[in-house]
Amino acid sequence: MNAGDTAWVLVSAALVMLMTPGLAFFYGGMVRAKSVLNMLMMSFIALAVVTVLWVLYGYSLTFGNDLGGGLLGGFDFTGLKGVVGTLVGTAPADANAPWVDGHQIPHLVFVVFQLMFAIITAALISGAIADRARFWAWTLFVAVWVTIVYFPVAHWVFNFNGFTGVDFVGGWIATKLGALDFAGGTAVHINAGAAGLALAIVLGKRKGWPREPMRPHNLPFVLLGAGLLWFGWYGFNAGSALGAGDLAGVAFITTTAATAAAVLGWLVVEQFRDGKPTTLGAASGAVAGLVAITPACGFVTPIGALAIGLVAGVLCALAVSLKYRFGFDDSLDVVGIHLVGGLVGTLLIGLFATTGVNPAGKDGLFYGGGLDLLGKQAIAAVAVLGYSFVLTLAIGFLIQKTIGFRVSTEAERAGIDEAEHAESGYEFSSLRGGGSSLGRTADALAGKVGSSTVPTSAGKEGAGR
Amino acid sequence: MKLVTAIIKPFTLDEVKAALEQLGVLGMTVSEVQGYGRQKGHTEVYRGAEYSVDFVPKVRVEVLTDDATSDKVVAAVVEAARTGKIGDGKVWVTPVETVVRVRTGERGTDAI
Repeated sequence: MNAGDTAWVLVSAALVMLMTPGLAFFYGGMVRAKSVLNMLMMSFIALAVVTVLWVLYGYSLTFGNDLGGGLLGGFDFTGLKGVVGTLVGTAPADANAPWVDGHQIPHLVFVVFQLMFAIITAALISGAIADRARFWAWTLFVAVWVTIVYFPVAHWVFNFNGFTGVDFVGGWIATKLGALDFAGGTAVHINAGAAGLALAIVLGKRKGWPREPMRPHNLPFVLLGAGLLWFGWYGFNAGSALGAGDLAGVAFITTTAATAAAVLGWLVVEQFRDGKPTTLGAASGAVAGLVAITPACGFVTPIGALAIGLVAGVLCALAVSLKYRFGFDDSLDVVGIHLVGGLVGTLLIGLFATTGVNPAGKDGLFYGGGLDLLGKQAIAAVAVLGYSFVLTLAIGFLIQKTIGFRVSTEAERAGIDEAEHAESGYEFSSLRGGGSSLGRTADALAGKVGSSTVPTSAGKEGAGR
Repeated sequence: MKLVTAIIKPFTLDEVKAALEQLGVLGMTVSEVQGYGRQKGHTEVYRGAEYSVDFVPKVRVEVLTDDATSDKVVAAVVEAARTGKIGDGKVWVTPVETVVRVRTGERGTDAI
Protein backbone atom coordinates (compact mmCIF):
# COMPACT_ATOMS: atom_id res chain seq x y z
CA MET A 1 0.00 0.00 0.00
CA ASN A 2 1.26 3.45 -0.93
CA ALA A 3 0.16 6.54 0.99
CA GLY A 4 0.43 8.76 -2.10
CA ASP A 5 -1.85 6.54 -4.14
CA THR A 6 -4.32 6.28 -1.28
CA ALA A 7 -4.36 10.03 -0.78
CA TRP A 8 -4.96 10.67 -4.46
CA VAL A 9 -7.89 8.28 -4.66
CA LEU A 10 -9.42 9.75 -1.48
CA VAL A 11 -9.16 13.26 -2.94
CA SER A 12 -10.53 11.96 -6.24
CA ALA A 13 -13.56 10.52 -4.48
CA ALA A 14 -14.27 13.95 -3.00
CA LEU A 15 -13.78 15.55 -6.43
CA VAL A 16 -16.26 13.16 -8.01
CA MET A 17 -18.72 13.82 -5.16
CA LEU A 18 -18.64 17.53 -6.08
CA MET A 19 -19.70 16.67 -9.64
CA THR A 20 -23.22 15.82 -8.51
CA PRO A 21 -23.99 19.25 -6.98
CA GLY A 22 -22.15 20.66 -10.01
CA LEU A 23 -24.47 18.70 -12.29
CA ALA A 24 -27.42 19.99 -10.27
CA PHE A 25 -26.41 23.57 -11.12
CA PHE A 26 -25.62 22.67 -14.74
CA TYR A 27 -29.14 21.25 -15.09
CA GLY A 28 -30.81 23.70 -12.69
CA GLY A 29 -29.76 26.74 -14.69
CA MET A 30 -31.19 25.22 -17.86
CA VAL A 31 -34.76 24.83 -16.65
CA ARG A 32 -37.33 27.57 -16.08
CA ALA A 33 -37.37 29.42 -12.77
CA LYS A 34 -40.49 27.59 -11.65
CA SER A 35 -38.75 24.19 -11.62
CA VAL A 36 -35.19 24.97 -10.57
CA LEU A 37 -35.53 23.48 -7.08
CA ASN A 38 -36.93 20.19 -8.33
CA MET A 39 -34.10 19.97 -10.84
CA LEU A 40 -31.51 20.52 -8.10
CA MET A 41 -33.29 18.02 -5.85
CA MET A 42 -33.30 15.25 -8.45
CA SER A 43 -29.51 15.27 -8.38
CA PHE A 44 -29.20 15.85 -4.66
CA ILE A 45 -31.47 12.97 -3.69
CA ALA A 46 -29.22 10.63 -5.67
CA LEU A 47 -26.45 11.40 -3.17
CA ALA A 48 -28.71 10.17 -0.39
CA VAL A 49 -30.41 7.16 -1.94
CA VAL A 50 -27.50 5.66 -3.82
CA THR A 51 -25.17 6.01 -0.84
CA VAL A 52 -27.52 4.04 1.41
CA LEU A 53 -27.96 1.28 -1.17
CA TRP A 54 -24.24 1.20 -1.94
CA VAL A 55 -23.42 0.51 1.71
CA LEU A 56 -26.19 -2.06 2.08
CA TYR A 57 -25.68 -4.12 -1.07
CA GLY A 58 -24.68 -1.97 -4.07
CA TYR A 59 -20.94 -2.29 -3.66
CA SER A 60 -21.30 -6.02 -3.23
CA LEU A 61 -23.43 -6.50 -6.37
CA THR A 62 -20.88 -4.47 -8.30
CA PHE A 63 -17.55 -5.66 -6.93
CA GLY A 64 -18.39 -8.96 -5.25
CA ASN A 65 -17.21 -12.26 -6.72
CA ASP A 66 -19.10 -12.93 -9.95
CA LEU A 67 -22.28 -14.98 -9.55
CA GLY A 68 -22.02 -16.38 -13.06
CA GLY A 69 -21.38 -15.31 -16.62
CA GLY A 70 -19.76 -12.05 -15.59
CA LEU A 71 -23.20 -10.55 -15.12
CA LEU A 72 -23.52 -9.67 -11.42
CA GLY A 73 -21.41 -9.54 -8.30
CA GLY A 74 -22.21 -11.74 -5.33
CA PHE A 75 -23.03 -10.99 -1.72
CA ASP A 76 -19.50 -11.10 -0.37
CA PHE A 77 -19.55 -7.46 0.74
CA THR A 78 -23.16 -6.80 1.78
CA GLY A 79 -23.22 -4.14 4.48
CA LEU A 80 -19.56 -3.65 3.56
CA LYS A 81 -18.65 -6.67 5.65
CA GLY A 82 -15.12 -7.95 5.24
CA VAL A 83 -13.97 -4.72 3.69
CA VAL A 84 -12.35 -2.90 6.60
CA GLY A 85 -8.62 -3.38 6.83
CA THR A 86 -8.23 -5.15 3.49
CA LEU A 87 -6.67 -3.92 0.29
CA VAL A 88 -7.75 -3.91 -3.32
CA GLY A 89 -5.34 -3.60 -6.13
CA THR A 90 -3.78 -4.65 -9.30
CA ALA A 91 -1.08 -6.86 -7.85
CA PRO A 92 -2.68 -10.13 -8.93
CA ALA A 93 -3.69 -8.30 -12.06
CA ASP A 94 -6.15 -9.42 -14.68
CA ALA A 95 -4.41 -9.15 -18.05
CA ASN A 96 -7.26 -6.91 -19.16
CA ALA A 97 -6.96 -4.44 -16.29
CA PRO A 98 -5.85 -1.00 -17.45
CA TRP A 99 -3.23 -0.48 -14.75
CA VAL A 100 0.40 -1.38 -15.30
CA ASP A 101 1.97 -1.34 -11.90
CA GLY A 102 0.89 -3.54 -9.06
CA HIS A 103 -0.04 -0.96 -6.47
CA GLN A 104 -2.79 -1.46 -3.94
CA ILE A 105 -5.08 0.87 -2.01
CA PRO A 106 -7.30 0.32 1.03
CA HIS A 107 -10.54 -1.39 0.11
CA LEU A 108 -12.73 1.26 1.75
CA VAL A 109 -11.05 4.01 -0.27
CA PHE A 110 -12.02 2.16 -3.43
CA VAL A 111 -15.55 1.65 -2.07
CA VAL A 112 -16.13 5.36 -1.56
CA PHE A 113 -14.49 6.32 -4.87
CA GLN A 114 -16.76 3.97 -6.81
CA LEU A 115 -19.81 5.11 -4.82
CA MET A 116 -19.49 8.58 -6.31
CA PHE A 117 -19.67 7.09 -9.83
CA ALA A 118 -22.93 5.33 -9.03
CA ILE A 119 -24.43 8.54 -7.63
CA ILE A 120 -23.67 10.77 -10.58
CA THR A 121 -24.72 8.18 -13.15
CA ALA A 122 -28.22 8.11 -11.68
CA ALA A 123 -28.30 11.90 -11.36
CA LEU A 124 -27.36 12.34 -15.03
CA ILE A 125 -30.62 10.74 -16.12
CA SER A 126 -32.73 13.44 -14.45
CA GLY A 127 -31.97 15.93 -17.23
CA ALA A 128 -34.11 13.93 -19.64
CA ILE A 129 -37.29 14.38 -17.58
CA ALA A 130 -37.00 17.94 -16.30
CA ASP A 131 -40.07 19.80 -15.01
CA ARG A 132 -42.47 16.85 -14.85
CA ALA A 133 -41.45 13.90 -12.63
CA ARG A 134 -42.98 13.36 -9.21
CA PHE A 135 -40.22 13.59 -6.66
CA TRP A 136 -40.84 10.34 -4.77
CA ALA A 137 -41.45 8.48 -8.02
CA TRP A 138 -38.05 9.70 -9.24
CA THR A 139 -36.47 8.69 -5.94
CA LEU A 140 -37.95 5.20 -6.22
CA PHE A 141 -36.78 5.05 -9.81
CA VAL A 142 -33.22 5.87 -8.75
CA ALA A 143 -33.27 3.11 -6.13
CA VAL A 144 -34.58 0.49 -8.55
CA TRP A 145 -32.49 1.68 -11.48
CA VAL A 146 -29.15 1.55 -9.71
CA THR A 147 -30.07 -1.87 -8.32
CA ILE A 148 -30.94 -3.61 -11.55
CA VAL A 149 -29.15 -1.48 -14.13
CA TYR A 150 -26.16 0.40 -12.73
CA PHE A 151 -24.78 -2.18 -10.28
CA PRO A 152 -24.79 -5.01 -12.87
CA VAL A 153 -23.42 -2.84 -15.69
CA ALA A 154 -20.68 -1.39 -13.47
CA HIS A 155 -19.84 -4.99 -12.52
CA TRP A 156 -19.53 -5.87 -16.23
CA VAL A 157 -17.22 -2.96 -16.92
CA PHE A 158 -15.25 -2.10 -13.78
CA ASN A 159 -14.73 -5.40 -11.94
CA PHE A 160 -11.53 -7.15 -12.95
CA ASN A 161 -10.48 -10.68 -12.01
CA GLY A 162 -8.76 -10.81 -8.66
CA PHE A 163 -9.17 -7.12 -7.99
CA THR A 164 -11.32 -7.06 -4.87
CA GLY A 165 -10.51 -10.55 -3.65
CA VAL A 166 -8.15 -13.42 -4.34
CA ASP A 167 -9.61 -15.67 -7.07
CA PHE A 168 -12.58 -13.33 -7.48
CA VAL A 169 -14.03 -13.31 -10.98
CA GLY A 170 -15.01 -9.98 -12.59
CA GLY A 171 -17.52 -8.74 -15.15
CA TRP A 172 -17.81 -9.94 -18.74
CA ILE A 173 -16.95 -6.71 -20.56
CA ALA A 174 -13.86 -6.15 -18.42
CA THR A 175 -12.51 -9.68 -18.33
CA LYS A 176 -13.99 -11.77 -21.14
CA LEU A 177 -14.66 -9.29 -23.93
CA GLY A 178 -11.66 -7.13 -23.11
CA ALA A 179 -13.14 -3.85 -24.30
CA LEU A 180 -11.42 -0.76 -22.92
CA ASP A 181 -13.26 1.69 -20.69
CA PHE A 182 -10.96 3.65 -18.42
CA ALA A 183 -13.45 5.66 -16.38
CA GLY A 184 -16.94 4.81 -17.53
CA GLY A 185 -17.89 5.75 -21.07
CA THR A 186 -20.12 2.68 -21.18
CA ALA A 187 -21.12 2.09 -17.54
CA VAL A 188 -21.72 5.77 -16.81
CA HIS A 189 -22.45 7.79 -19.94
CA ILE A 190 -23.93 5.37 -22.48
CA ASN A 191 -25.80 3.84 -19.56
CA ALA A 192 -27.26 7.15 -18.34
CA GLY A 193 -27.88 8.37 -21.89
CA ALA A 194 -29.84 5.29 -22.91
CA ALA A 195 -31.79 5.43 -19.64
CA GLY A 196 -32.54 9.11 -20.26
CA LEU A 197 -33.94 8.31 -23.69
CA ALA A 198 -36.14 5.56 -22.26
CA LEU A 199 -37.49 7.75 -19.45
CA ALA A 200 -38.16 10.68 -21.79
CA ILE A 201 -40.27 8.28 -23.84
CA VAL A 202 -42.09 6.88 -20.77
CA LEU A 203 -42.93 10.28 -19.28
CA GLY A 204 -43.75 11.95 -22.56
CA LYS A 205 -43.35 15.54 -23.62
CA ARG A 206 -43.76 18.51 -21.34
CA LYS A 207 -46.98 20.45 -21.91
CA GLY A 208 -46.33 22.86 -24.73
CA TRP A 209 -43.03 21.33 -25.88
CA PRO A 210 -41.60 22.16 -28.38
CA ARG A 211 -44.03 24.94 -29.30
CA GLU A 212 -43.66 27.06 -26.17
CA PRO A 213 -40.33 28.61 -25.31
CA MET A 214 -38.61 26.85 -22.40
CA ARG A 215 -35.59 29.03 -22.07
CA PRO A 216 -32.84 28.41 -19.51
CA HIS A 217 -33.51 30.73 -16.57
CA ASN A 218 -29.93 31.10 -15.34
CA LEU A 219 -27.03 30.60 -17.74
CA PRO A 220 -24.45 31.68 -15.14
CA PHE A 221 -25.59 28.63 -13.09
CA VAL A 222 -25.06 26.46 -16.16
CA LEU A 223 -21.52 27.71 -16.64
CA LEU A 224 -20.82 27.42 -12.91
CA GLY A 225 -22.10 23.85 -13.00
CA ALA A 226 -20.02 23.03 -16.06
CA GLY A 227 -16.96 24.43 -14.30
CA LEU A 228 -17.60 22.29 -11.21
CA LEU A 229 -18.13 19.25 -13.42
CA TRP A 230 -14.88 19.90 -15.27
CA PHE A 231 -13.02 20.28 -11.95
CA GLY A 232 -14.58 17.18 -10.43
CA TRP A 233 -13.95 15.21 -13.61
CA TYR A 234 -10.23 15.15 -12.81
CA GLY A 235 -11.14 12.91 -9.90
CA PHE A 236 -13.34 10.85 -12.18
CA ASN A 237 -10.75 10.32 -14.91
CA ALA A 238 -7.31 10.83 -13.37
CA GLY A 239 -8.59 9.22 -10.17
CA SER A 240 -9.48 6.12 -12.17
CA ALA A 241 -5.75 5.49 -12.49
CA LEU A 242 -6.19 4.45 -8.82
CA GLY A 243 -2.73 5.79 -8.11
CA ALA A 244 -0.73 9.01 -8.12
CA GLY A 245 1.55 8.27 -11.01
CA ASP A 246 2.19 8.52 -14.70
CA LEU A 247 -1.17 7.11 -15.74
CA ALA A 248 -3.02 9.69 -13.64
CA GLY A 249 -1.00 12.37 -15.39
CA VAL A 250 -1.95 10.92 -18.79
CA ALA A 251 -5.63 10.92 -17.86
CA PHE A 252 -5.37 14.46 -16.51
CA ILE A 253 -3.89 15.96 -19.68
CA THR A 254 -6.06 13.98 -22.09
CA THR A 255 -9.15 15.03 -20.13
CA THR A 256 -8.15 18.68 -20.38
CA ALA A 257 -7.16 18.52 -24.05
CA ALA A 258 -10.35 16.80 -25.17
CA THR A 259 -12.55 19.21 -23.22
CA ALA A 260 -10.82 22.23 -24.68
CA ALA A 261 -11.17 20.89 -28.23
CA ALA A 262 -14.83 20.05 -27.66
CA VAL A 263 -15.64 23.59 -26.50
CA LEU A 264 -14.14 24.93 -29.72
CA GLY A 265 -15.87 22.27 -31.85
CA TRP A 266 -19.30 23.05 -30.38
CA LEU A 267 -18.87 26.83 -30.71
CA VAL A 268 -17.73 26.57 -34.35
CA VAL A 269 -20.86 24.55 -35.18
CA GLU A 270 -22.98 27.22 -33.49
CA GLN A 271 -21.23 30.02 -35.34
CA PHE A 272 -21.96 28.39 -38.68
CA ARG A 273 -25.47 27.14 -37.86
CA ASP A 274 -26.90 29.85 -35.61
CA GLY A 275 -24.63 32.81 -36.25
CA LYS A 276 -23.51 33.26 -32.64
CA PRO A 277 -21.31 31.34 -30.17
CA THR A 278 -23.37 30.90 -26.98
CA THR A 279 -22.59 30.48 -23.30
CA LEU A 280 -24.82 27.42 -23.17
CA GLY A 281 -22.90 26.04 -26.15
CA ALA A 282 -19.54 26.52 -24.44
CA ALA A 283 -20.77 24.80 -21.27
CA SER A 284 -22.36 21.98 -23.28
CA GLY A 285 -19.25 21.53 -25.42
CA ALA A 286 -17.10 21.19 -22.31
CA VAL A 287 -19.35 18.48 -20.90
CA ALA A 288 -19.49 16.69 -24.27
CA GLY A 289 -15.70 16.62 -24.38
CA LEU A 290 -15.46 15.38 -20.80
CA VAL A 291 -17.95 12.62 -21.55
CA ALA A 292 -16.17 11.46 -24.70
CA ILE A 293 -12.70 11.35 -23.16
CA THR A 294 -13.91 9.46 -20.07
CA PRO A 295 -13.49 5.93 -21.48
CA ALA A 296 -10.40 6.89 -23.48
CA CYS A 297 -8.44 9.10 -21.08
CA GLY A 298 -5.98 6.44 -19.97
CA PHE A 299 -5.36 4.93 -23.40
CA VAL A 300 -4.79 7.77 -25.88
CA THR A 301 -2.16 10.42 -26.54
CA PRO A 302 -2.86 14.10 -25.92
CA ILE A 303 -3.20 14.52 -29.70
CA GLY A 304 -5.65 11.61 -29.82
CA ALA A 305 -7.54 13.36 -27.04
CA LEU A 306 -7.75 16.58 -29.07
CA ALA A 307 -9.23 14.59 -31.96
CA ILE A 308 -11.75 12.78 -29.74
CA GLY A 309 -12.78 16.06 -28.10
CA LEU A 310 -13.22 17.85 -31.40
CA VAL A 311 -15.32 15.04 -32.88
CA ALA A 312 -17.45 14.94 -29.72
CA GLY A 313 -17.93 18.72 -29.65
CA VAL A 314 -19.09 18.81 -33.25
CA LEU A 315 -21.22 15.66 -33.19
CA CYS A 316 -22.94 16.45 -29.88
CA ALA A 317 -23.71 20.00 -31.03
CA LEU A 318 -25.48 18.46 -34.01
CA ALA A 319 -27.04 15.61 -32.01
CA VAL A 320 -28.97 17.85 -29.63
CA SER A 321 -31.42 18.64 -32.42
CA LEU A 322 -32.29 14.95 -32.94
CA LYS A 323 -35.02 15.23 -30.31
CA TYR A 324 -36.91 17.73 -32.45
CA ARG A 325 -36.72 15.45 -35.45
CA PHE A 326 -37.89 12.36 -33.57
CA GLY A 327 -40.19 14.16 -31.17
CA PHE A 328 -38.93 12.99 -27.77
CA ASP A 329 -38.57 15.61 -25.05
CA ASP A 330 -35.10 14.83 -23.71
CA SER A 331 -35.32 18.16 -21.95
CA LEU A 332 -31.66 18.86 -21.16
CA ASP A 333 -30.07 16.66 -23.84
CA VAL A 334 -28.91 13.65 -21.86
CA VAL A 335 -29.07 11.71 -25.13
CA GLY A 336 -27.39 14.34 -27.29
CA ILE A 337 -24.51 14.76 -24.88
CA HIS A 338 -24.10 11.64 -22.74
CA LEU A 339 -25.29 8.91 -25.09
CA VAL A 340 -23.72 10.39 -28.21
CA GLY A 341 -20.60 11.61 -26.38
CA GLY A 342 -20.24 8.25 -24.63
CA LEU A 343 -20.53 6.40 -27.95
CA VAL A 344 -18.00 8.71 -29.60
CA GLY A 345 -15.44 8.13 -26.87
CA THR A 346 -16.04 4.42 -26.53
CA LEU A 347 -15.80 3.79 -30.27
CA LEU A 348 -12.90 6.14 -30.98
CA ILE A 349 -10.78 4.15 -28.50
CA GLY A 350 -10.87 1.55 -31.27
CA LEU A 351 -8.97 4.01 -33.46
CA PHE A 352 -6.82 6.07 -31.10
CA ALA A 353 -5.80 3.68 -28.30
CA THR A 354 -2.07 3.05 -28.09
CA THR A 355 0.12 0.95 -25.84
CA GLY A 356 2.67 3.73 -26.21
CA VAL A 357 0.68 5.64 -23.61
CA ASN A 358 -0.44 2.76 -21.45
CA PRO A 359 1.28 -0.63 -21.86
CA ALA A 360 -1.72 -2.25 -20.14
CA GLY A 361 -4.01 -0.90 -22.87
CA LYS A 362 -4.31 -2.04 -26.47
CA ASP A 363 -3.51 -0.68 -29.91
CA GLY A 364 -6.33 0.73 -31.99
CA LEU A 365 -6.66 0.88 -35.76
CA PHE A 366 -4.34 3.90 -36.14
CA TYR A 367 -1.61 2.17 -34.15
CA GLY A 368 -1.52 -1.11 -36.03
CA GLY A 369 -4.06 -2.93 -33.89
CA GLY A 370 -6.48 -3.54 -36.73
CA LEU A 371 -10.22 -3.59 -36.28
CA ASP A 372 -10.24 -6.05 -33.40
CA LEU A 373 -10.42 -3.44 -30.63
CA LEU A 374 -13.03 -1.35 -32.48
CA GLY A 375 -15.24 -4.43 -32.71
CA LYS A 376 -14.93 -5.09 -28.98
CA GLN A 377 -15.70 -1.46 -28.20
CA ALA A 378 -18.81 -1.63 -30.38
CA ILE A 379 -20.04 -4.80 -28.66
CA ALA A 380 -19.57 -3.23 -25.22
CA ALA A 381 -21.33 -0.03 -26.29
CA VAL A 382 -24.31 -1.80 -27.85
CA ALA A 383 -24.67 -4.23 -24.94
CA VAL A 384 -24.80 -1.47 -22.35
CA LEU A 385 -27.03 0.71 -24.51
CA GLY A 386 -29.52 -2.07 -25.14
CA TYR A 387 -29.61 -3.40 -21.58
CA SER A 388 -30.02 0.04 -20.05
CA PHE A 389 -32.67 1.17 -22.56
CA VAL A 390 -34.87 -1.92 -22.23
CA LEU A 391 -34.61 -2.22 -18.44
CA THR A 392 -35.20 1.50 -17.91
CA LEU A 393 -38.23 1.40 -20.18
CA ALA A 394 -39.60 -1.45 -18.06
CA ILE A 395 -38.89 0.24 -14.71
CA GLY A 396 -40.34 3.51 -15.97
CA PHE A 397 -43.58 1.96 -17.21
CA LEU A 398 -43.95 -0.03 -14.01
CA ILE A 399 -43.67 3.10 -11.87
CA GLN A 400 -45.95 5.01 -14.24
CA LYS A 401 -48.64 2.32 -14.07
CA THR A 402 -48.48 1.81 -10.30
CA ILE A 403 -47.75 4.93 -8.27
CA GLY A 404 -47.61 7.32 -11.24
CA PHE A 405 -44.46 9.02 -12.46
CA ARG A 406 -45.69 12.31 -13.82
CA VAL A 407 -47.11 15.34 -12.03
CA SER A 408 -50.58 16.63 -12.92
CA THR A 409 -50.98 19.05 -15.81
CA GLU A 410 -51.94 21.84 -13.41
CA ALA A 411 -48.87 21.24 -11.28
CA GLU A 412 -46.70 21.28 -14.38
CA ARG A 413 -48.24 24.53 -15.56
CA ALA A 414 -47.95 26.25 -12.19
CA GLY A 415 -44.45 24.91 -11.65
CA ILE A 416 -43.24 21.65 -10.16
CA ASP A 417 -41.40 23.43 -7.33
CA GLU A 418 -44.63 24.55 -5.71
CA ALA A 419 -46.46 21.31 -6.42
CA GLU A 420 -43.77 18.87 -5.27
CA HIS A 421 -41.76 20.83 -2.72
CA ALA A 422 -44.00 23.74 -1.60
CA GLU A 423 -41.14 26.10 -2.25
CA SER A 424 -40.11 28.57 -4.88
CA GLY A 425 -36.53 29.22 -5.91
CA TYR A 426 -36.69 32.97 -6.02
CA GLU A 427 -38.65 35.93 -4.71
CA PHE A 428 -39.72 38.00 -7.64
CA SER A 429 -42.61 39.42 -9.56
CA SER A 430 -45.15 36.95 -10.87
CA LEU A 431 -44.59 38.40 -14.33
CA ARG A 432 -41.14 36.86 -14.53
CA GLY A 433 -40.02 33.41 -15.49
CA GLY A 434 -43.36 31.69 -15.22
CA GLY A 435 -43.28 31.68 -11.41
CA SER A 436 -46.37 32.35 -9.40
CA SER A 437 -46.63 34.47 -6.28
CA LEU A 438 -50.24 33.58 -5.66
CA GLY A 439 -49.29 30.94 -3.10
CA ARG A 440 -47.68 33.52 -0.87
CA THR A 441 -50.66 35.83 -1.13
CA ALA A 442 -52.93 32.97 -0.17
CA ASP A 443 -50.72 32.23 2.82
CA ALA A 444 -50.85 35.84 3.92
CA LEU A 445 -54.65 35.90 3.66
CA ALA A 446 -54.90 32.68 5.63
CA GLY A 447 -52.80 34.27 8.36
CA LYS A 448 -50.06 31.69 8.00
CA VAL A 449 -47.49 34.41 7.57
CA GLY A 450 -47.31 37.57 9.61
CA SER A 451 -47.66 41.09 8.32
CA SER A 452 -43.90 41.05 7.83
CA THR A 453 -44.34 39.17 4.56
CA VAL A 454 -42.29 40.94 1.96
CA PRO A 455 -44.39 42.19 -0.94
CA THR A 456 -43.46 40.60 -4.24
CA SER A 457 -42.47 44.00 -5.60
CA ALA A 458 -39.84 44.54 -2.90
CA GLY A 459 -36.49 45.59 -4.22
CA LYS A 460 -37.89 46.82 -7.47
CA GLU A 461 -37.97 50.50 -6.46
CA GLY A 462 -35.88 52.62 -8.75
CA ALA A 463 -35.55 49.76 -11.19
CA GLY A 464 -33.43 50.38 -14.21
CA ARG A 465 -30.70 52.29 -12.43
CA MET B 1 -55.21 67.17 -13.21
CA LYS B 2 -53.46 64.81 -15.57
CA LEU B 3 -51.69 61.50 -15.40
CA VAL B 4 -48.68 61.37 -17.69
CA THR B 5 -47.72 57.77 -18.50
CA ALA B 6 -44.52 57.06 -20.34
CA ILE B 7 -43.21 53.74 -21.64
CA ILE B 8 -39.48 54.17 -22.16
CA LYS B 9 -36.31 52.19 -22.73
CA PRO B 10 -34.97 51.10 -19.32
CA PHE B 11 -31.57 52.72 -19.75
CA THR B 12 -33.12 56.16 -20.35
CA LEU B 13 -34.80 56.18 -16.93
CA ASP B 14 -32.05 58.14 -15.18
CA GLU B 15 -32.16 60.92 -17.75
CA VAL B 16 -35.94 61.06 -17.68
CA LYS B 17 -35.89 61.27 -13.91
CA ALA B 18 -33.27 64.03 -13.99
CA ALA B 19 -35.29 66.01 -16.55
CA LEU B 20 -38.43 65.72 -14.44
CA GLU B 21 -36.61 66.77 -11.28
CA GLN B 22 -35.31 69.83 -13.11
CA LEU B 23 -38.91 70.66 -13.98
CA GLY B 24 -39.82 70.53 -10.31
CA VAL B 25 -41.78 67.29 -10.47
CA LEU B 26 -41.90 66.02 -6.91
CA GLY B 27 -42.78 62.38 -7.35
CA MET B 28 -43.25 59.59 -9.79
CA THR B 29 -44.04 55.89 -9.93
CA VAL B 30 -41.82 53.56 -11.89
CA SER B 31 -42.49 49.96 -12.84
CA GLU B 32 -40.77 47.33 -14.90
CA VAL B 33 -43.02 46.23 -17.73
CA GLN B 34 -42.77 44.13 -20.86
CA GLY B 35 -44.40 44.61 -24.19
CA TYR B 36 -43.89 45.35 -27.81
CA GLY B 37 -44.81 47.91 -30.43
CA ARG B 38 -43.17 48.41 -33.78
CA GLN B 39 -39.85 47.25 -32.38
CA LYS B 40 -41.20 43.71 -31.98
CA GLY B 41 -39.02 41.26 -30.05
CA HIS B 42 -35.81 39.46 -30.83
CA THR B 43 -34.63 35.91 -31.39
CA GLU B 44 -32.56 33.85 -28.94
CA VAL B 45 -30.91 30.50 -29.70
CA TYR B 46 -30.39 27.77 -27.10
CA ARG B 47 -28.58 24.63 -28.26
CA GLY B 48 -29.72 25.34 -31.78
CA ALA B 49 -33.39 25.87 -30.87
CA GLU B 50 -34.63 29.33 -31.80
CA TYR B 51 -36.99 31.16 -29.49
CA SER B 52 -38.61 34.44 -30.43
CA VAL B 53 -38.83 36.73 -27.44
CA ASP B 54 -41.85 38.90 -28.21
CA PHE B 55 -41.97 41.04 -25.11
CA VAL B 56 -39.21 43.55 -24.71
CA PRO B 57 -38.41 44.87 -21.22
CA LYS B 58 -39.47 48.51 -20.78
CA VAL B 59 -39.95 50.91 -17.89
CA ARG B 60 -43.27 52.61 -17.23
CA VAL B 61 -43.07 56.06 -15.59
CA GLU B 62 -46.22 57.60 -14.19
CA VAL B 63 -46.40 61.22 -13.10
CA LEU B 64 -49.39 63.15 -11.73
CA THR B 65 -49.42 66.82 -12.73
CA ASP B 66 -51.76 69.76 -12.70
CA ASP B 67 -53.32 70.74 -16.01
CA ALA B 68 -50.85 73.55 -16.65
CA THR B 69 -47.62 71.57 -16.42
CA SER B 70 -48.62 68.36 -18.17
CA ASP B 71 -47.40 69.53 -21.57
CA LYS B 72 -44.02 70.50 -20.14
CA VAL B 73 -43.73 67.13 -18.43
CA VAL B 74 -44.53 65.34 -21.68
CA ALA B 75 -41.98 67.41 -23.56
CA ALA B 76 -39.31 66.75 -20.93
CA VAL B 77 -39.90 63.00 -20.97
CA VAL B 78 -39.91 62.81 -24.76
CA GLU B 79 -36.73 64.86 -24.97
CA ALA B 80 -34.92 62.73 -22.37
CA ALA B 81 -36.09 59.33 -23.59
CA ARG B 82 -35.43 59.83 -27.30
CA THR B 83 -32.55 57.93 -28.88
CA GLY B 84 -33.96 58.18 -32.39
CA LYS B 85 -34.05 54.39 -32.79
CA ILE B 86 -37.11 52.20 -33.06
CA GLY B 87 -38.47 51.15 -29.66
CA ASP B 88 -38.05 54.49 -27.85
CA GLY B 89 -41.55 54.12 -26.43
CA LYS B 90 -44.66 56.24 -26.03
CA VAL B 91 -46.01 58.95 -23.75
CA TRP B 92 -49.69 59.65 -23.19
CA VAL B 93 -51.79 61.88 -21.00
CA THR B 94 -55.06 60.95 -19.32
CA PRO B 95 -57.38 63.17 -17.30
CA VAL B 96 -57.57 62.46 -13.58
CA GLU B 97 -60.72 63.05 -11.57
CA THR B 98 -59.47 62.95 -8.00
CA VAL B 99 -56.20 62.63 -6.14
CA VAL B 100 -55.98 62.06 -2.40
CA ARG B 101 -52.81 62.16 -0.31
CA VAL B 102 -53.21 59.19 2.00
CA ARG B 103 -51.36 60.64 5.01
CA THR B 104 -53.20 63.99 5.26
CA GLY B 105 -56.38 63.45 3.33
CA GLU B 106 -55.60 66.48 1.10
CA ARG B 107 -57.46 66.42 -2.17
CA GLY B 108 -57.01 67.73 -5.71
CA THR B 109 -53.92 69.66 -6.79
CA ASP B 110 -52.79 70.02 -3.17
CA ALA B 111 -52.29 66.28 -3.10
CA ILE B 112 -49.96 66.19 -6.10
